Amino acid sequence: MITITHYLVLSAILFMLGVVGVLIRRNAIVIFMCIELMLNAVNISFVAFAYHLHSMQGQMFVFFTMTVAAAEAAVGLAIIVAVFRNKETVNIDDMNIMKW
Amino acid sequence: MESYLFYIVGTIAVLAAVYLIFERNPVFCALYLIQTMVCIAVLYILLEAQFIAAVQMIVYAGAIMVLFLFVIMLLNIKGDEESKRSFPFRKIPAILMGIGLLTVICIILKSKLLQGKQDVYTVAHIESLGNTQLIGNLLFTDYLLPFEITSILLFVAAIGAIMLAKRKL
Amino acid sequence: MTFNILSILPILVLAGFGMLVLVVDVMSARKLGEKNLLAYLSLAGIVIAAIVSRNSTATTLFSFNETFTIDNYALFFNILFLLSTGLVILISHSYIKREDINHGEYYALLMFSTIGMMLMASGADLLNIFIGLEVMSISIYILTGFKRSKLISNEASLKYFLLGAFATGFLLYGISLVYGTTGTIDLRQIASFVAGKGGVKDPLLLMGMGLIIVGLGFKVASVPFHAWVPDVYEGAPTAVTAFMSVGPKAAAFAAFMRIFLTAFGSSHYEWQKAIWILAVLTMTVGNVVAISQTNIKRMLAYSSIAHAGYLLVALVAANNMGVSGTLFYLLAYIFMNIGAFAIVIVLSQKGDVGMNIDDYAGLGFKHPMLAIAMTLFMFSMAGIPPMAGFVGKFYIFSAAIKSGYVGLAIIGVINSVISVYYYLRITVIMYMKEPVRDFHPLTISPLIVVAIAIAVVGTLHLGIFPSKVMEIAQRSILTLR
Repeated sequence: MITITHYLVLSAILFMLGVVGVLIRRNAIVIFMCIELMLNAVNISFVAFAYHLHSMQGQMFVFFTMTVAAAEAAVGLAIIVAVFRNKETVNIDDMNIMKW
Repeated sequence: MESYLFYIVGTIAVLAAVYLIFERNPVFCALYLIQTMVCIAVLYILLEAQFIAAVQMIVYAGAIMVLFLFVIMLLNIKGDEESKRSFPFRKIPAILMGIGLLTVICIILKSKLLQGKQDVYTVAHIESLGNTQLIGNLLFTDYLLPFEITSILLFVAAIGAIMLAKRKL
Repeated sequence: MTFNILSILPILVLAGFGMLVLVVDVMSARKLGEKNLLAYLSLAGIVIAAIVSRNSTATTLFSFNETFTIDNYALFFNILFLLSTGLVILISHSYIKREDINHGEYYALLMFSTIGMMLMASGADLLNIFIGLEVMSISIYILTGFKRSKLISNEASLKYFLLGAFATGFLLYGISLVYGTTGTIDLRQIASFVAGKGGVKDPLLLMGMGLIIVGLGFKVASVPFHAWVPDVYEGAPTAVTAFMSVGPKAAAFAAFMRIFLTAFGSSHYEWQKAIWILAVLTMTVGNVVAISQTNIKRMLAYSSIAHAGYLLVALVAANNMGVSGTLFYLLAYIFMNIGAFAIVIVLSQKGDVGMNIDDYAGLGFKHPMLAIAMTLFMFSMAGIPPMAGFVGKFYIFSAAIKSGYVGLAIIGVINSVISVYYYLRITVIMYMKEPVRDFHPLTISPLIVVAIAIAVVGTLHLGIFPSKVMEIAQRSILTLR
């Protein structure tokens, strides 16, 4: 029998993997992918809560989170393209004009 | 049956996520992330959220990840990005997050779940109307304001993408 | 099922004017070399939005199925956001011309960002607050990278974006846990759930609250979530720096107070401890690190961190005086901070040259009026009477003492004494040192002079006659709990 605890634990594992990815990776695009993984993990817990609480608010929230993720992806990738155009790299270790 | 499916899909999702954070080639990273997203879509179907599952496939795994792949190819980013920092800098966050994960799991196991307000949307209720119709109804009633503000959000994103990435203004 | 489209009239006005600016920009791209019209058009939008948000409210009401609040609290913040955006448009006008980033999108994004802030201050559920936060942040990510050809601007934008999206992940996780444990995202229903259980006992709900503090703490630039602040403030176009040091901070505090006082007000013992630690760290780190800065934008960045710390003190106190003091302080902070940035803009040259504190040497002899205005803003930020900053700090620290947080108030006072050092240093350099450079050409235009004048009048007026504004602030917070 799969309870809500299973889903929450899965969501927590994926979320933490995303956080680890953000902290250890150096490539800006891959860091951004890890952030997307975090958002996906949160979405699992929203939908699982919605199912078990017989409520639609969780599913609606996921719908809006996806929209936000789409907007963030468009802007974030444009920023990465702009950086690459001036710097020829997307490695955040090389972003050192200012003290990080 | 359902529980087997959950374990299989969940394991694949976690494995793909692990590969994502250790894979050096960004194209493979994107493919692993798509794999995780597809698995999550299967979980949504298990949770009776068919519309969200479809959107997950079409928008997330489809549109957003294609955009990622497109940018990776456009910039022709090389696979190796070996850190100039020494090893402990990569190990410490992983260990810390491992401890954090254990804490979170303990909290989840310890807390009394589902004490909150129960709403009326039981599985039978959703099936009598259809998941998609229900979401459509809610979008234009309860969630009209955020839905409309979302249009501003997407407009801002379009402006931003043009402003920042266009070669000549 | 009430929609009441009139309740979101200020938002509609701003959205309409934002699009109008874009259309006018495209239609008349060749004819208007100077693009003065766009600045006036957006100012007109701000003024009209302010007028309609004044008229549209008499009592507290909810619209859009109780997801959107219109009360005095939201009204106060609407006016505050419009004021800050208006002042920023005034100071941007000559700056974006100088830096060759004079595109209509600049004004449009400022207005769209203001829409997000308004939604954060008036949202009655977590979804609206979240969407508002995203509209605000995404606009500012773009504005930060607006100097497309400058690497420093690109880098700042990338850092802000990556860390901001990271913080959004935490905020969202927190919201999901709060939703899961209480079964609702509506703030008042969360409040009745929490009150019904006699306070927050569930560890999962506590964790959700903690994660929301992380997410919003990032936006208000509190330590330890402040790593982005100095770099982003330094790299962003100066006018945008002025914008993000006031508007988003005020909006994040508006959401902070709405969530924590309305939804979790009945169990404030749980979250006050966390905010107490944040407040002490934020004040101390901000002030101590600001001392060693040589770049004025970085110094103002750390000063902005320190001010976030003072505001968190008021949030710990969480009594009426503290909350209304926060509103007052945010208003005062708008005047003094935008004023200081306006002077920084006037004195810098193309390509943001002249941002070192030593570049201000001898300003008092060459341009006495600018020097006096700058001195005024620095004194106000340091909290020297009779400026607005002093009154704000007085309200906040006395609120902390009233709630029994004497230790916190003492730490706050010690911190503001430390801050006097680096604010006064600028004054000393301006008046006591020989000029090392020529200040010409000044980036000056009638609009920026108006902005500085408004800032000076505001700083002095709030400092000398605070009671009227304080009364309004006290009336604004009555609907919060």
